Amino acid sequence: MSPKWRTGLIMGLAVAVSAAAIYLPTLRQHVKRTAKLVQQTEEQARRELTQALSPTPTGPRVKTKLFWASGTEGARLTAVTVELPLADDPVLRSKQVLNTLLAGPVDSDLRTLPPDAALLEFYLLPDGTGIADFSEALGTSIPSGIESEQLAVESITRTLEANVPQVQRLKILIHGQEVDTLAGHLDLTGTFVVNTKPASAPAVKPAKAG
Amino acid sequence: MGSAAQARVPVLPEWMRFDMLLGMRLALGISISDMKLFRGNRILGLALPFLAAISFAGQAPSPSQQAATAAATPAQTTPISPAQAGTLNVVVLDPAHGGADYGARGTEGVRESEVVMEFAVQVRRALETQGFQVVQTRLGNEDPTFDERSAVANAQVGAVFVTLHVASTGLPGTARVYVNEDLPVTPEVAGLIPWERAQGPFLSLSRKLGDLVQGQLAQRFKGSPGSVQSAAVRQLRTTAAPAIAVEVSSVTVENRNDLDRMAPGVADAIAKGVAAFKPSYVVAGAAGAKP
Repeated sequence: MSPKWRTGLIMGLAVAVSAAAIYLPTLRQHVKRTAKLVQQTEEQARRELTQALSPTPTGPRVKTKLFWASGTEGARLTAVTVELPLADDPVLRSKQVLNTLLAGPVDSDLRTLPPDAALLEFYLLPDGTGIADFSEALGTSIPSGIESEQLAVESITRTLEANVPQVQRLKILIHGQEVDTLAGHLDLTGTFVVNTKPASAPAVKPAKAG
Repeated sequence: MGSAAQARVPVLPEWMRFDMLLGMRLALGISISDMKLFRGNRILGLALPFLAAISFAGQAPSPSQQAATAAATPAQTTPISPAQAGTLNVVVLDPAHGGADYGARGTEGVRESEVVMEFAVQVRRALETQGFQVVQTRLGNEDPTFDERSAVANAQVGAVFVTLHVASTGLPGTARVYVNEDLPVTPEVAGLIPWERAQGPFLSLSRKLGDLVQGQLAQRFKGSPGSVQSAAVRQLRTTAAPAIAVEVSSVTVENRNDLDRMAPGVADAIAKGVAAFKPSYVVAGAAGAKP
């Protein structure tokens, strides 16, 4: 090989190495982003999809009571009031409040429902029976135990009670199926009482401006 | 051949199945858990009036009854004497989960199914010291179904049911007692109670038992509630006896010994609670043994 060719080859290699050095961090970032996307579970993707499909009313924001765990009193629930643009339709309204409940509080210790659980569908029968169909993660990711399972169901029923008076009782399904228990303890074969009062239209109280 | 023979078996209407089951129970003295073999569907009536008539008529149980009961209750050793009939004698102890079902699991490897077996040993000892006969729903690492566990209790006369659990949550070192939530009242047909709601008639007695045990636990474990709580506990729903679930917190302890140290206190509390409950559980007095 002549010196001219050798110099050319070395120059070419140097350019290739430099280009690779410049491209490598970008490639690494791309790989990381892809890995993150793979990590995102099917349930999370479905949840994002269902939430995106939920209509966001442009009506007035109303005070909405959500029941999360009380950090100080063990297995107790505490009501937190947030302002949400809730729909008047009881099915849409139920989906909105349950999705907000699932999204959870900022403090993860106050969560009653696992972060990767999703509400797949909500139905309301003419007799006031609400049917909430959750993803499998509700049963598989929740801490097993009577106390924790009871708290999870109670947070759902009390949130519905406070915001959707049309729902009298609640049936919980997992991935469209009736299951024996939530995570080995709490009975999901029956319905849970939500509202004992007769149903009436929701009293929409617009939140104060500002 | 076999399939042809099976094809000739007539399908009976629901009410005839009830009568057949009752007839078999009365004539052969087989246990309710054995009756499950004959269940064509999930509805099985519990013939409480008839069971009571058999058990409290002052007659000794027939040899076939004794044999069938013993077969259904692996840990039972002493048959109940006629003099004991009508009072609370038997405690059915249910260490929850087992087999491939570990129940709650802690990050340090603590498994609910194993801890409750350890607890069961001590609870059993404490109950036997109080003079109770103890029947366990499982003695090893097997995992009977909810209905199989309930069937062990439902085959007993004058028994209470205690299921033992360890939670994933809650203040470590505390213990709670649960009874089933109110069950919808359903019309009974000839004194039969649907299997699915067998706990219904026993709820007030379960609450009484639960309050007594919870009171004992609260004295021993600071931070525990003072009274029993209600929850839709699946295991309790199909149990036709005063029934409670005792849940200890929790599998999140760093050291398994922290949980094991609770066992003697939990055992003593359950035994004393059941003993305090005994005078108020007069089975024979109720027509048809229903509370």
